[in-house]
Amino acid sequence: MPKRTDIESIMVIGSGPIVIGQACEFDYSGTQACRVLRAEGFRVILVNSNPATIMTDPEFADATYVEPITPDIIELIIAKERPDALLPTLGGQTALNAAVALHESGVLAKYDVELIGANFDAIQAGENRQLFKQIVAKVADERGLNAESARSVICHTMADCLGAAGELGYPLVVRPSFTMGGVGSGFAHDEAELRRIAGAGLDASPTTEVLLEESILGWKEYELEVMRDRHDNVVIVCSIENVDPMGVHTGDSVTVAPALTLTDREYQNMRDVAIAVIREVGVDTGGCNIQFAVDPATGRMIVIEMNPRVSRSSALASKATGFPIAKIAAKLAIGYTLDEIPNDITKETPASFEPSLDYVVVKVPRFAFEKFAGADQTLTTHMKSVGEAMAIGRSFPEALQKALRSLEKKGSSFSWAGDPGEKQELLAACRTPHDGRLRTMQQAIRAGATVEELFEATSIDPWFLDQLMLIHEIATGITELDEPTLLRAKEHGFSDAQIAEIAGIDEVRVRDLRHALGLRPVYHTVDTCAAEFEARTPYLYSTYDEETEVPAGDRPKVIILGSGPNRIGQGIEFDYACVHASFELSRAGFETVMVNCNPETVSTDYDTSDRLYFEPLTLEDVLEVVHAELRTGPVAGVIVQLGGQTPLGLAQALKDAGVPVVGTSPESIHLAEERGAFGRVLAEAGLPAPRHGTALSVAEAREIAEEIGYPVLVRPSYVLGGAGMAIVYDEETLATYMAKAATDHPVLIDKFLDDAIEIDVDALYDGTELYLGGVMEHIEEAGIHSGDSACALPPITLGGHDIKRIRTATEAIARGVGVRGLLNVQYAMAANVLYVLEANPRASRTVPFVSKATAVPLAKAAARIMMGATVAELRAEGMLPAEGDGGTLPLDAPIAVKEAVLPFDRFRGVDIVLGPEMRSTGEVMGIDEFFGTAYAKSQAAAYGGLPTTGRAFVSVANKDKRAMIFPVKALADLGFEILATEGTAEVLRRNGVHAKIVRKQSDGAGPGGEPTIVRRILDGEVDLIVNTPFGSPGQSGPRLDGYEIRTAAVLRGIACITTVQGLAAAVQGIQHILRGDVGVRSLQEHARRLRG
Amino acid sequence: MSPALLVLEDGRVFEGAPYGAVGETFGEMVFNTGMTGYQETLTDPSYHRQIVAMTAPHIGNTGVNEEDPESGRVWVAGYVVREPARVASNWRSTKSLDEYLREQGVVGIAVRGTRALTRHLRERGAMRAGVFSGDALAPVAELVDRVRRSPAMLGADLAAEVSTREPYVVPAIGAKRFTVAAVDLGIKSMTPHRMAERGCEVHVLPATATAADILAVEPDGVFFSNGPGDPATADGAVAALRGVLDAGKPFFGICFGNQILGRALGLGTYKLRYGHRGVNQPVQDRRTGKVEISAHNHGFAVQAPLDGPFDTPYGRAEVSHVNLNDGCVEGLRLLDYPAFSVQYHPEAAAGPHDAAYLFDEFCEVMGA
Repeated sequence: MPKRTDIESIMVIGSGPIVIGQACEFDYSGTQACRVLRAEGFRVILVNSNPATIMTDPEFADATYVEPITPDIIELIIAKERPDALLPTLGGQTALNAAVALHESGVLAKYDVELIGANFDAIQAGENRQLFKQIVAKVADERGLNAESARSVICHTMADCLGAAGELGYPLVVRPSFTMGGVGSGFAHDEAELRRIAGAGLDASPTTEVLLEESILGWKEYELEVMRDRHDNVVIVCSIENVDPMGVHTGDSVTVAPALTLTDREYQNMRDVAIAVIREVGVDTGGCNIQFAVDPATGRMIVIEMNPRVSRSSALASKATGFPIAKIAAKLAIGYTLDEIPNDITKETPASFEPSLDYVVVKVPRFAFEKFAGADQTLTTHMKSVGEAMAIGRSFPEALQKALRSLEKKGSSFSWAGDPGEKQELLAACRTPHDGRLRTMQQAIRAGATVEELFEATSIDPWFLDQLMLIHEIATGITELDEPTLLRAKEHGFSDAQIAEIAGIDEVRVRDLRHALGLRPVYHTVDTCAAEFEARTPYLYSTYDEETEVPAGDRPKVIILGSGPNRIGQGIEFDYACVHASFELSRAGFETVMVNCNPETVSTDYDTSDRLYFEPLTLEDVLEVVHAELRTGPVAGVIVQLGGQTPLGLAQALKDAGVPVVGTSPESIHLAEERGAFGRVLAEAGLPAPRHGTALSVAEAREIAEEIGYPVLVRPSYVLGGAGMAIVYDEETLATYMAKAATDHPVLIDKFLDDAIEIDVDALYDGTELYLGGVMEHIEEAGIHSGDSACALPPITLGGHDIKRIRTATEAIARGVGVRGLLNVQYAMAANVLYVLEANPRASRTVPFVSKATAVPLAKAAARIMMGATVAELRAEGMLPAEGDGGTLPLDAPIAVKEAVLPFDRFRGVDIVLGPEMRSTGEVMGIDEFFGTAYAKSQAAAYGGLPTTGRAFVSVANKDKRAMIFPVKALADLGFEILATEGTAEVLRRNGVHAKIVRKQSDGAGPGGEPTIVRRILDGEVDLIVNTPFGSPGQSGPRLDGYEIRTAAVLRGIACITTVQGLAAAVQGIQHILRGDVGVRSLQEHARRLRG
Repeated sequence: MSPALLVLEDGRVFEGAPYGAVGETFGEMVFNTGMTGYQETLTDPSYHRQIVAMTAPHIGNTGVNEEDPESGRVWVAGYVVREPARVASNWRSTKSLDEYLREQGVVGIAVRGTRALTRHLRERGAMRAGVFSGDALAPVAELVDRVRRSPAMLGADLAAEVSTREPYVVPAIGAKRFTVAAVDLGIKSMTPHRMAERGCEVHVLPATATAADILAVEPDGVFFSNGPGDPATADGAVAALRGVLDAGKPFFGICFGNQILGRALGLGTYKLRYGHRGVNQPVQDRRTGKVEISAHNHGFAVQAPLDGPFDTPYGRAEVSHVNLNDGCVEGLRLLDYPAFSVQYHPEAAAGPHDAAYLFDEFCEVMGA
């Protein structure tokens, strides 16, 4: 069936900001879809609020709307663009939910928009648990398949519960019906527990109803990635097995592809059921995934759930197999069938086949618990990881060890140093799933644990446990570093660093020894077919095996180092910069070679670069890639500046090893990062910085703080995302901080500028000319990490004179440091003095935002400058504007607001107050003519929007009381009912705002049962919360009150503003919404205005 | 531990560790790309006289069980894997694969370069090979010589070597609907099982069965199975099938059975460069356009016109199925007579069940 000709334009919805559970994988899928649809001649209309995505680059769609993914905004876009069809399956749950809302509200029918790639009924069937159970039962019944759902019984009395327990057996899962956030759920292991949990559950449920379900905790967990076309051809692209058994979210599990512990009989049964369920659900075309649990003792198989859309697992499966699920899904949605689509990799065989792997893929999650003090670190069915790394090897041990070192986190690789600890304690720790459990298990093995003991503690399949044993045996066999020993270790994935640690020598010595013996990895192709056919697409991974398959090239090569697993402070923005560099340098005649290990990203799409190495970003792995590339031709340069701290950290060592690092030199990078050296650069340029010092001890720190005066900002040197950064108001806290921070690196102490305006600048420098990319004014005051604070571009309160000062300062820094490429500088303007806070000679998180807001591709320009082009040349080419720059935007330029998105809903119990340590996972952009509208859009995109009516609760710190009067009065004038705690209410009343006093949480309920504010928030009586924090962390009283208020806000998903500046912006936003100013305009339209 | 060597007839050598039995073995070197189903593969009689290399690296993880063998013994001549499992982990497992191979006297080898081997065979085509370990080890030149002296697959008549000697009956499961005479040219146990599931009483006959032997069963339909060797040598089976067709009996063939039908219709067969062995091959049913993911194990194929029906002594025939990877003929069908066959394995085991409908079609033509 050929392509449909009855539709001409298609709307694609993206997934919005990066949040836990929904990350760059949807940029990957959306980008693929947009590419396919455009190549097939459709007009593509894209909606996505996330500016850091490749898909929102103007060249990927005909009309790109960086607008909130809300039904009313999408309706505006539909009304304007009148698409024929909507493709909602490539933008995660966000896009699917939006499509359902548009369908239900009748918008799709009103504008005659056809849903393609999914239908409403299929979405419902996939999402509704009860409906899905019925489908599974039907499939088992009608098709005679061995399929079932977990058995469950709905109970209304304790007698019901006890009866059901007799039927289902212990342990049982108890789920009360219709309670908020799963309140009252739990595991009952015996009757006493059942009576307690189910009793409470029956009480908690408004319908006195609990669901008892058999527990499948500890069962083996699998997932199949399935594709179906409109001719009912179905293929299983990939099977994925969770090493962590049921009970840990797939996203938080170590997973492996293909499944390794199933017989063909079991696998084919799973395959039959998957196909039957998908047919029954009615997924017309596209990709979906379906999850299974298998009882290891009996083989009984339970169907858990399915997603009728492309998912995180599809991205993993695509990278694991070389079968591009999203791309094919887009083609299927427009009418092609699988047999009509060629397999990209072989070019000769069709996409209607099932990939065969002759390697093993391991994915490991990356967590960020260190950012969320107080969060429960136990892994559960609620996903908590912020990123992941994938690795490919010819065996499970090789792939696993590569994956663990790809995490790039201290302590994630297996280690044989020091005392492992006590066996029983380690085994006890293994019982609870946690970040790094495999490593705990490995330590337990060192302490003498057996496979049986580990199985008893973890329920992990004994085959995997034996593989851990094997790794341990190899490690203990490393006594002499002769060729067979080294080779054996390398074949099992040991890094030079691990071998060095075991042998008690230096890593470089191991490497030299290995090279002297001629032991180097070879590179195999990911070819979808286990070498049955020749592969045309160079997608490679390293392994210690026989033959290397690196193809020869004829152009000079540029190797771009990616950013590794997503983590807080280093995410999609860096991938964006790397991908741009690759596109542009390929266009400019270079052969581009990407190295990265993050399966979610566009950079690890084999279509992005001329060659992709799916490899860990450690010095060893990168040096081997460089070596392999050098064997087939000259390498013009290695780019380390675009992938964030990870590649930057390798710069000096690469240069020392003779690798041609291009762009800003490692020495210059050091100059910017090392405080003393940077201080001299500033001094030479006559630029002030906040007073500061560097301390190695508590005594030194105390002395410095006293001299420069509290409050001070303290942080370890060499960090990204403000890890370990804090604002300290007194000596006691400083001492505590220093005691904790005892590291090799010194601690930096800066005068903290209260009440300063913080400014972020991204610029390009070619050695002679500066191009000021953009000047961003933070909405929150200084002290909140730039990654977490909202900002506006062009700056809303800075005048031409200020920008001139900023330009001069930025140029002086660029020259002084020796930048070639991108530079990010953070300034603070306090009392009309422009202080330099820090400078980073690399791509920053804001590069994609600035690029989109100003319609200038900064990362592409940076890549060209690194390879020798000048700003003048790029202006002449048209890549940069012929005249002016981001500092000279016209007064009628649109205003773009970036807002950060924080993951507090995932970490209940963590205070949501912002500080100098970055905690956001993603960002959105609101763009419009006026600041208020742009800000309102950013809030809608990030949190679902500002209320325009209802009750606002206000409680602010004393220092904020003056500043809040005016905006709160404006809120009252707009018709909001104002609630306030006593102190705040007094101030408001004296200023003519009628504020109703509500009880603080610490007051408890009133004598007449008057509820506290927290109760009222939880009961849904409040629509907007303004709460600025006061007191220092850990204190009781007001600080704790605020904490509980903010936690309640997160629970209820209510807009919660924690700074006065944010309040002022919100009021402007609400005013604009009420005036009906909110319109939509595509980036292409904005660009025409900006660049003519 | 002394090493093991895998020696190809063109002189390429892979060094590894012994796996399974120690000794020497010869056969045609082929690779299988299935990621599951090693036990079914090992016991598939079509692999007789072949040394099978698995492209999936980890083999033996689920051990060996009582239910999954496709025949009473291991048929592969030798086994090449990359990462043999050290433990067997599955609720049905009764012993480890290593133990099973040793019991069955199958000489195997674990080498790291299974991908290099596959690429080699892909580029140079299937060839003879030998696996040597223990006392069988000798200087490489001598081993190459031994390999070159071993018999080739082209021209090999092997069906009789793997076939049952005595006829036996697989009873219908549930009510009996049909009697099927199945000629065992190397039949897999799942094949009669698939028919029995559909109410067929299956009379399995030796490969030497004549048309008279077959018709003596008074079958509602006749089936010719898969099997090893060069179809060009199977003159006896071709003659038997012609007798069946002359008698007007419905016919269904799988794999070797497809090649026999081809020959009975006057078509030629040829040896593929490196064959299809795996469980992921896309086959298109040309009547419906639908694609089946199917299990394959064939080194030979039928030559037939792909552009439309053609005449045969039994009326018009057509190519019913083609392989989308290489355009190879995967099925034949007579248009004026109830006979059809496929080159691949609808009984699967190992492999996907997409083509199981062919057994239903066989029952339909028997019932018509």
